[in-house]
Amino acid sequence: MRLLTARLSARRRSRFAGPVVLMFALLLTGGLYTALSPASADDATSSDTDTVAKGRELFLVGCSTCHGKNGEGVDSTTGWYGPPLVGVGAASVDFQVGTGRMPLAAPGPQGADRRHVYTDEEVEALAAFVASLGPGPVVPSEEEYSPDAIPEDEREEAIVRGGEFFRTNCTACHNFAASGGALPGGKYAPTLQGVEPKHVYEAMLTGPQQMPVFSDEVLKPEEKRQIIAYLRNLEESPAYGGAQLGSYGPVSEGMAAWVFGIGACVAFAVWIASHTARSTRKGAKA
Amino acid sequence: MSTNAKAAVKPAKPSKIGAAANYADERTGMAGLAKKQIRKVFPDHWSFMLGEIALWSFVVLLITGVFLSLWYKPSMAEVVYNGSYDALRGLHMSEAYASTLDISFDVRAGLLMRQMHHWAAMLFIAAMFVHLIRVFVTGAFRKPREINWLIGGVLLLLGILEGFAGYSLPDDLLSGTGLRIADGLVKATPVVGTYMSFFLFGGEFPGDLIIPRLYIAHVLLIPGLLLALIGAHMMLLVYQKHTQWPGPGRTNENVVGYPMMPIYAAKAGGYFFVVFGITALMGGLMSINPVWRFGPYNPAEVTAGSQPDWYMGVAEGLLRIFPGWETSIFGVTATWSVIIPGQIAPMLILTGILFYPFIEAWITGDKSEHHLLERPRNAPNRTAFLAAMMTFYGLLWAAGGNDILAVLFNLNLNHITYFMRVAIFVLPPLAFWLARRWCISLQRSDEAKLLHGYETGVIMRSPDGGYSERHAPISAEEAYTLMARDEEKVYEAPAGTDLNGVAARKVRVMQLRSKASKYWFGDNIRKPTREQLEEARAHAEHELAIQDGHTNGHSNGHADGHSNGDGRQPVRSGSHAAPAAIEGRSSTDPGSSEK
Ligand code: HEC
Ligand code: HEC
Ligand code: HEM
Repeated sequence: MRLLTARLSARRRSRFAGPVVLMFALLLTGGLYTALSPASADDATSSDTDTVAKGRELFLVGCSTCHGKNGEGVDSTTGWYGPPLVGVGAASVDFQVGTGRMPLAAPGPQGADRRHVYTDEEVEALAAFVASLGPGPVVPSEEEYSPDAIPEDEREEAIVRGGEFFRTNCTACHNFAASGGALPGGKYAPTLQGVEPKHVYEAMLTGPQQMPVFSDEVLKPEEKRQIIAYLRNLEESPAYGGAQLGSYGPVSEGMAAWVFGIGACVAFAVWIASHTARSTRKGAKA
Repeated sequence: MSTNAKAAVKPAKPSKIGAAANYADERTGMAGLAKKQIRKVFPDHWSFMLGEIALWSFVVLLITGVFLSLWYKPSMAEVVYNGSYDALRGLHMSEAYASTLDISFDVRAGLLMRQMHHWAAMLFIAAMFVHLIRVFVTGAFRKPREINWLIGGVLLLLGILEGFAGYSLPDDLLSGTGLRIADGLVKATPVVGTYMSFFLFGGEFPGDLIIPRLYIAHVLLIPGLLLALIGAHMMLLVYQKHTQWPGPGRTNENVVGYPMMPIYAAKAGGYFFVVFGITALMGGLMSINPVWRFGPYNPAEVTAGSQPDWYMGVAEGLLRIFPGWETSIFGVTATWSVIIPGQIAPMLILTGILFYPFIEAWITGDKSEHHLLERPRNAPNRTAFLAAMMTFYGLLWAAGGNDILAVLFNLNLNHITYFMRVAIFVLPPLAFWLARRWCISLQRSDEAKLLHGYETGVIMRSPDGGYSERHAPISAEEAYTLMARDEEKVYEAPAGTDLNGVAARKVRVMQLRSKASKYWFGDNIRKPTREQLEEARAHAEHELAIQDGHTNGHSNGHADGHSNGDGRQPVRSGSHAAPAAIEGRSSTDPGSSEK
């Protein structure tokens, strides 16, 4: 059975199968989206102006001290400075505010503090406002990032390919098990476990901080989705070998060998040597 | 003398086993040999079992390794993976990697065996290290055991090489990254580096020969050498007999402990099951080297957390913190940042370990045989040197995992590097100094115990209102143990006229040696002489007599089993420390026969 699916999947990988299936999938989901999406195009523009206005208000209160009133950025020598946001796009705002990085709590090498200050609507409004400053990457739609949108019979192959993309593009910073890694200068690539698929997608799209931008030319949208599918598989697959020891690789394994292994062996050695055949053990010394 | 003699001489009815043993004996004459070994005496102390951890984990390695070799395919031929692990199915990979995945997911108990094998490998080398530390710090490497020390050092080196070869076998991303670094080390050799690398890998790295080659080294060559050396190690141990801690009844001429049969064999055999159980538990409960997560080796990939196994951590650390020095001479580039940490430093450390006994013997000028161990405090420089080396090792170890430290403790990677660059020069000497001072103060406290007794915790108030703590003499056993130290002789370079005609170079060596020897023993507290001890005892008796006069009602307070009030020590027969068996040492005392 397994052999059969493997052979099938090998055939599926023929030159045309992929694009054709993808076209169908896109057409289908696209059609469904336009049919089911609540807001029509005209509605969107009128409600957009409202959202932008609301976003502008929020921005003036929460963000302008660092990013300037019109997102032009504030340059200062004291370090309280925010880069210009013109052209960073809605995706960047959604990522930065959605993951709780922005508004930045305090200057430091990296905004890690996950304070969620804004509601989803407010984030949307902020994103709309920043997007109105200049064109940039838009917030991805659910079927772009959600691994659930991958057809059932292609999921396994998507995970395999996602794994390849992940190992080639991401593990250098984020570690093989996506448990994070250090970067020079006190910066670090955070763990990707528990990060929402949307934010993973946006991170690739906008490249926060040290992370490179993986534009759609570098990693096609469906490849990004495959990476997300792999990450979810990584999270959901059982811990085959037992306790994962943080998934940090040989360093934590070595630690465990010394602490648990040698520790237990020495404890037993002490125990065995102290249980002697002597009549009483009092005064048994060295 | 032996307490278990009853069991041994009990007449037994000829059983089937007995008959078989008889049959074998009549044809091989083994009984005579075996009888002698059965009566072999082993002293008892937990630290003497550390080497056993290494021995037993080696046995676990042999068992699990043979299991793995039944399924592992040492081939770098490309195959398409079709096993049970979904997330890699359909990928192209080497047969070695695919078979490792099969062992992990499709062979019954395969993952358990792989993990046991790997945990046992970590334990094997770790146990050799702690065993080496024990031997070092107790001076057990001194004459006549230098050869066994050398064998131990070579075993350690071979164990590390064996582990590295094993680590490379699965041909996953970590294996490949490790081999890449090894390739870099080889290539860094000036002039011949590239040729050596081509020779090793059979062409351009990675080629398709390295895994089969490492496999032969891993399952045949190095295990064979290890087995032979372990055999030699044990035979020397049996021949020279085990060292022991000094104590009443234990001298340089005997061994006090338990006979091989049945007590020691039961203990050692039981310990095998303990070590086996611990590796089985670790293999069953803790993930190690989850190769399916690393993916097949691909020279274009790398992952954060790429580290070697812990025993290579020091080399890794040195590589990581070394500044990027490089010089170019006549078109040949010497990459110091690889040559020094990767080639020169490990060799220096290894030769240092191997030759230590000879260096120390040269300084102390000690040519006598030692079967009694030395307490760490009584050799302050040796202990301090160990403390310094352990600090050095620990720092480099931490440097090898600098990225993990940075993530776990929110540190700055660069700061760790700067810190380590300074720390490896500053902290080891500091550790040396601290450990040395500590040892010497422990010697002082021993001396105080011998001359003034131990602190009883009983506070005395004198008639004029002063307070003092009462000291009571220590037991005869303890005093004996404390006094069982070698007399120390500082080497003096011959002076003046004696040196006429001696080459200047030789004189300089003598003077250096004399200086080293002075430093070696210089600050040690001499052990008290007989006169000092006798005077101290007279003093104590006098003191106690006076004090008892004042504190009649408290006479029980200080008599806690060590002193019966008049300060005289009843020399108790060693009822509670009765040695189970004593064996003479024929090497130093040819007259006394083994019992
Ligand atoms: C305390 C100052 C501060 C405040 C307040 C602040 N930011 Fe930022 N912001 C920064 C700094 C500094 C950076 C650049 C460092 C970084 O990317 O982490 C940044 C980066 C960003 C980026 C990424 C820019 C890019 O190049 O992709 C976005 C988007 C952003 N901020 C949005 C916001 C929004 C929206 C708010 C208000 C909710 C906000 N920030 C509040 C300091 C601030
Ligand atoms: C050069 C190193 C580097 C590479 C390569 C890299 N990242 Fe990142 N990544 C970072 C850094 C640094 C951050 C943290 C940014 C911040 O905190 O502002 C980050 C953050 C992220 C986040 C946000 C995590 C969170 O906690 O919110 C995601 C998701 C992410 N990366 C995914 C990826 C994926 C997927 C890839 C591969 C396609 C990738 N990264 C490749 C360095 C990298
Ligand atoms: C004495 C010391 C030995 C050490 C230190 C050692 C160490 C290792 C290590 C670290 C691995 C990698 C395991 C992994 O996949 O995570 C390995 C793999 C392997 N070892 Fe050993 N080993 C030793 C002895 C042996 C012996 C005696 C045999 C066989 C007779 C053997 C056979 C194998 C095989 C076949 C593999 C590859 C299988 C695999 O990676 O899953 N080993 N060894």
